[in-house]
Amino acid sequence: MSTVSPQAPGDFWEVEPHHHHEGASTSIGFWVYLMSDCLMFAILFATFGVLGGSYAAGPGPKDLFDLELVALNTAFLLLSSITYGLAMLAMVKNNKGGTLGWLAVTLVFGLAFLAVELYEFSHLIHLGAGPQRSAFLSSFFALVGTHGLHVAFGCLWLVTLMIQVGQRGLIPANRRRLSCLSMFWHFLDVIWIGVFTFVYLLGMI
Amino acid sequence: MAISADDIQTTFLLGRLDWHAIPQDPIVWATFVVVAIGGVAMLWMLHKYRLWSWLWTEWFTSVDHKKIGIMYIVLALVMFVRGFADAIMMRLQQAIAFNGSEGYLNAHHYDQVFSAHGVIMIFFVAMPFVTGLMNYVVPLQIGARDVSFPFLNNFSFWMTVGGAVLTMMSLFVGEFAQTGWLAFPPLSGLGYSPYVGVDYYIWGLQVAGVGTTLSGINLLVTIIKMRAPGMTMMRMPIFTWTALCTNILIVASFPVLTATLVLLTLDRYVGTNFFTNDLGGNAMMYVNLIWIWGHPEVYILILPLFGVYSEVVATFTGKRLFGYTSMVYATVCITILSYLVWLHHFFTMGSGASVNSFFGITTMIISVPTGAKIFNWLFTMYRSRIRFELPMMWTIAFMLTFVIGGMTGVLLAVPPADFVLHNSLFLVAHFHNVIIGGVLFGLFAAVYYWWPKAFGFRLDPWWGKVSFWFWVVGFWTAFAPLYILGLMGVTRRMRVFDDPSLQIWFIIAAFGAVLIAIGIAAMFIQFGVSIMRRDRLRDETGDPWDGRTLEWATSSPPPAYNFALTPVSHGLDTWWDMKRYGQTRPRATYVPIHMPRNTGAGVVIAGFATICGFALVWYIWWLAVLSFAGVVAASILHTFNYARDYHIPAEEVRATEDARDRQLASAGV
Amino acid sequence: MTHHLKRLSWLAPLPLLAGCKPVVLAPSGDVAARQAELLVQSTLLMLIIIVPVMALTVWFAWRYRATNKRASYDPDWDHSTKLELVIWAIPLMIIICLGALTWVGTHLLDPYRPLDRISAEKPVEQAPLQVQVVAMDWKWLFIYPEQGVASVNQLAVPVDRPVEFTLTSTSVMNAFYIPAMAGMIYAMPGMQTTLHGVFNAPGEYQGLASHYSGHGFSGMRFKAVALDGAGFEDWVAQAADSGRTLDRARYLELEKPSENVAPMAFASVDPQLFQRVVNMCVEEGRMCMAEMMAYDAQGGLGLPGIANIAALTDPDIRGAARPVLGLPPFQVSGICSVEELEQMLASAGTTEPAAPRDLSPIRGRGLDAPQGIFGRQPVPGQLTQSVPQDGADQNL
Repeated sequence: MSTVSPQAPGDFWEVEPHHHHEGASTSIGFWVYLMSDCLMFAILFATFGVLGGSYAAGPGPKDLFDLELVALNTAFLLLSSITYGLAMLAMVKNNKGGTLGWLAVTLVFGLAFLAVELYEFSHLIHLGAGPQRSAFLSSFFALVGTHGLHVAFGCLWLVTLMIQVGQRGLIPANRRRLSCLSMFWHFLDVIWIGVFTFVYLLGMI
Repeated sequence: MAISADDIQTTFLLGRLDWHAIPQDPIVWATFVVVAIGGVAMLWMLHKYRLWSWLWTEWFTSVDHKKIGIMYIVLALVMFVRGFADAIMMRLQQAIAFNGSEGYLNAHHYDQVFSAHGVIMIFFVAMPFVTGLMNYVVPLQIGARDVSFPFLNNFSFWMTVGGAVLTMMSLFVGEFAQTGWLAFPPLSGLGYSPYVGVDYYIWGLQVAGVGTTLSGINLLVTIIKMRAPGMTMMRMPIFTWTALCTNILIVASFPVLTATLVLLTLDRYVGTNFFTNDLGGNAMMYVNLIWIWGHPEVYILILPLFGVYSEVVATFTGKRLFGYTSMVYATVCITILSYLVWLHHFFTMGSGASVNSFFGITTMIISVPTGAKIFNWLFTMYRSRIRFELPMMWTIAFMLTFVIGGMTGVLLAVPPADFVLHNSLFLVAHFHNVIIGGVLFGLFAAVYYWWPKAFGFRLDPWWGKVSFWFWVVGFWTAFAPLYILGLMGVTRRMRVFDDPSLQIWFIIAAFGAVLIAIGIAAMFIQFGVSIMRRDRLRDETGDPWDGRTLEWATSSPPPAYNFALTPVSHGLDTWWDMKRYGQTRPRATYVPIHMPRNTGAGVVIAGFATICGFALVWYIWWLAVLSFAGVVAASILHTFNYARDYHIPAEEVRATEDARDRQLASAGV
Repeated sequence: MTHHLKRLSWLAPLPLLAGCKPVVLAPSGDVAARQAELLVQSTLLMLIIIVPVMALTVWFAWRYRATNKRASYDPDWDHSTKLELVIWAIPLMIIICLGALTWVGTHLLDPYRPLDRISAEKPVEQAPLQVQVVAMDWKWLFIYPEQGVASVNQLAVPVDRPVEFTLTSTSVMNAFYIPAMAGMIYAMPGMQTTLHGVFNAPGEYQGLASHYSGHGFSGMRFKAVALDGAGFEDWVAQAADSGRTLDRARYLELEKPSENVAPMAFASVDPQLFQRVVNMCVEEGRMCMAEMMAYDAQGGLGLPGIANIAALTDPDIRGAARPVLGLPPFQVSGICSVEELEQMLASAGTTEPAAPRDLSPIRGRGLDAPQGIFGRQPVPGQLTQSVPQDGADQNL
C-alpha cells in the first residue's frame, strides 16, 4: 500500500438508490435472540445438573414423575410442531384459511400441553413436593416452569398473529412474523426434548 | 439501623410500603432536598421554554440511533455524578474512621453506599456509556442509515432508564442492597437481607438487563447485515470490530445474569433452595454463575474502548493503524478467552490447585492479545506525526496507566499471590486501574473525538486540559495508596479501622478523590463553556480531525438519514481513501429516503415494566399484575401498528444536501 | 528469599511514613513469605515487558510529536510480519514462564497441602496443631480439639509449629485472613475448607474477616498471637481455667448476631460441636447434612420423606424468614438414632492428618503425572494404597 495509485479502485458512492430488503435482518435477529434464550435454558439445565440430586431427604424423580403423563405431554408438543409446520406450508401456498386452521390446531395442542403441565405441578404441590421442599424440586420447577412460561407466551403470540392474519391476510410483515413464531415454537420443542430426556427419562432410570 | 422484618406490616394497597420506607438519615434528606430543588427547577425550565413537546417528539420517542446514543450518554453522565458521590462518601468515611471514631456513616448506610457505587458505575454508567457510543458511531462507520431494529433500540434505552430509575429510587424510598455489587447469597437471601434492598437490586438489573440484551442483539445484527457495499469483515473499522465482539459477548453472557437473578428472585419470593444453606441449596453455584456473566462483562466494557483508542491513534498520528489484522484476531481471542477465566474471581473458595492454576494460566493468556494491542498502538505511533489533541492525550494516559493495571491483574491471576491480595485494597486498586484507566479514559477520548461529529462544534481544549490533568493526577493520587494499603494487608469494604498508621494513606486517597472531583467539574464546565462558545468552535467540514472512517464523510451533525447516497468501501479507512483518491461529493437525482417512524411505544412499555419492578419490590401485587398486563397489552398493541416507516421526500433531501454543499464551500473544502 | 525482600524495599513507597508496614511483602509466616516471594518474582518477570512499553510510549510520543519535523514520517507503514511475530511472541514467552511459575507455585502453596517445612532452614518436626474455625455473625470462634478449649476473637498458636485450620461458617460466606501468616480462604456455611500455615516469630498479629458478611463485618477482627511452646501451654491452661463450657446450647446463644465482641475463652467444648456446625445440625432434631447426603445418594426418602419436616426450632433465628409467596421456613427432621449419629459425626471428625506430599517431582524431576485438571491431586501414599494401577484414578 506504500504506493499511491492515481486511479481510484472504483466508485465510492452508489448513485443508484440502494434498497435494503425490508425486514432482511429480522430472521437473523430472531435467531440471535433464540440463541440468547437457549443460553438461559442452558443455565437452568446446568442448575438442574448441579442440584438435581439434592433431594434433602425428600422424594426423588422416581417417586414423583408419571412417565405416561409426560409422554402424553411430549406427544402434544411434538404434534403441535408438526401442525405448525403444516400452517407454514399453507402459508407458502398463500392459503389463508388453511394457515389459520392449522394455527388453531397448534394452539389447541399448546394449551393441552400447558393444561397437563399445570395438572402435574398442582399434583406435586398438593403432595407437598413443591419447589420449597428441596433443591432438586426447586431446579425442576424452575426449568420446566420456564419452558411452560415460554409456551404460554407462544400461545398468546399465536392468538395475536391469528387475529393479525385474519385482519390483514398473509402480507409480507405477517409472513415474517409467522416464520419467527415458527422458529420460536420449534425451539421450544427442542428444549422440551432436552427436558424430557434429562429430567424425566434420566431421572426414572 | 436496618429495619427488621417485624416492623413491617403488609397492606393490600401498598404492600410493605409504609413510613419505614423513608430513610432516617439527614444525609439522605439533604440529598433529597437538593435533588428535589434541581428537579423542580428543571421541570420549570422545560415548562417555561415550552420544551415538553420538543423533548417528547424529537428525543424520547425518537428511533434515530444518533439521538438514542446521545440519550444513553446523558443517562450515563447523570448516573456518573451519583456513583461518584458515593465514591467520595466512602473515601471520606475511610479517611476519618480511625482511633475509635465510627466515621459519619453507620453500617446500614455505608454498606448501601459501596454496593450502590459498584452497581451504578458498572450497570448505569459504563454500560450505557459504551452502548450509547456504539449506538452513535457504529451505523455511521458502516455507512448505514440506522440500526436493524430502530424501535427495539428506543425500547432498550428506556428499559435501561427504568433500571436506573429503580436504583435511584432506592435512595429515597426504602434502601439499596447491603451486599456488595454482586449480591452473593446467602447474604443476599431473604433470611439475611429481608427488606427491600436486594429486591431493588434484582429488579433494577433485570429491567435494565432486558434492554442491554436487546440492544446487544440489535447492534450485532446491524453490524452483520447493514454494512455498506464492499465493506467486508476485514475492512470494517476497528471500532466496529470491537463493537461486534462486545455485542456477541452481551448476547452470550447477559442471559446468564438474567437466569441467575431469576433463581435468586425465586429464592427470595417463593422460598426455593437454589442458593440457600439448607435443603440442598448451593451458594457456590451463584458465585460461579454470576462470574460466568461477570468476567465477559469486563470485556464488554473494555473492548469497545480498545476500538476507540485504535481509531484515535490512527487519526491523530495521521497513519494507518499498525497491524489491523492482528488487532482483529487479538480482539476475537480476547472475546473467546473471556469465557475461560471466571474462576479467578474466587481462587480462595477452596478449589484444588490444578483447577486454580488452570484458570490462573488462562487468565494470563489473555494478556498476550492485550499486549499485542498495546504494541500495535505503539508502532502506529512510530514514524508518525502525532497531534496532541485531547483524545490523543487521553490515549497516551491510557497506555501508561493501563499497563500497570494489566500487570497487577496478571499478578492477581497467580493463585498464591491472589491468596494474599484477594478482597484487599490492592484488588480494588487493580480493577479501578483498568476500569478508570481503560474504560473511562477511553470514554473521555471518545467523547472528545466524536463530540464535533454529534454537535458540529469542538469542545473547548483549555478546560479539557484542566480536566485531563486533574483526572490523571487525581487517579494516581487516589489509587496508588490503595495498592500500598493492599500490600499492608488491608481488605476492602471496611467501615472502621483500628490501626492508626493506615490513616495517612486513606487521607491521601481521599485527596486524590477530591482532585478527580475537580476534574469532573472541569469537564462539565467545559461542556457549558463550549456550548456558549459554539460559534467559535464550529466545525463546518464534518471532518475536523482529518479522520479515516466513514462517519467523517457526512456533515456534523449528520442528517437524519446519515448518508444521502450509500457509500462504497474499497478497503480499510474508506473516508481516507475517498480523500486520497480525490472523490468529490456525488451529485445525483435524490430519491425519497425510507426511514423508521418515531413511536412512543418504547417509553410506554418500559414505563409499565419499571412500575412492575417497583410493585414487585414492595409486594404491591395488584399493581404488579396490572402493570405486567400493561407491558403485555402495550407490546401486543404495538404489533398492530403496521405503519412504522415513512419517506423523507426527495426535495427535502435535495435541500439538505444543497445546504451542505454551500456549507462546505464556505468552509473552503 | 530474604534478599528478594530487601531488593524490594523500593516498592514500599519511599516513606512519608514510618508507620508503613507492607505486611504482605514482609510477613512473619513462611507460607505468606513464599507467597510474597512469588508475587515479587511475577512482578519482576512482568516488568521485563512493562518497563520497555512505558518507556517506548513516552519516547515515541515525544519523538513523533507533530512539531518535530525532523522525525521520519511513514504514513502507509502499517504492517511488518516480523515485528508482529515479535510482539505476539514476547508476551507469550513471558506468560509461559509465568505460567510455569504459577503451576508450580499453586501446587506448592495450595492451602490444603500440609506444610513441608517450617521455614527455609527448618524442617517440619511436629504434627500440625488442629484449629477449627467458625465464622459467626460477627466474630470468630476457634476450637482446639486436641486441647479441648475454645476461644472467641482470639487465636493463640505456638511458634514454629504448623497449624491446620478447618473452617466453616454459621450463616453467610466469609473469609479468614491473617496477612502475616498465610493467604486467605473462604469459610462457608455447610461446607468445610482447610488452610495450613505457620508463624515463624512470636508476636501479636492482625487477623480479619476479608469477605464482606453484613453489618458487623468491620468489627470482625481478632488478634492472632504466636507464642513459644511454654507460652502456648500457659494460654491453654488459662483458657481451661475460665470455667465456661461451650456446649450446643451455649453455641446457639453465641451464634446470635453481635458486633465488636471482646475476646473470651471456653474451658471445655463439646467434641462434636464443630462437626455439628459443619453439618448444620447443632439444633436438636435437625437432620445433619451428612445424614441427608447419605439418603440423597440412595435416591432420597421417597414420598414419606416429604412429610419428614418440622417447623424451625428457633423461628426467630437470623437467616429464617418467610418468603412472601411461599410457606414458612422449615427443617428436615433427623431420623438417625443418637448412636448412629454419634458414630457418623465421630468418624467425620477424625480424618487421618495427611502426610506432606513429596515435592520432588514439582521441584526438579518434572511435574506430577497429569491427574485430570479438575481433580485434586491425591496424596501419593494414599494413591499407592487405594489405587494400585496407574491411571485408574481419573477423577474427572
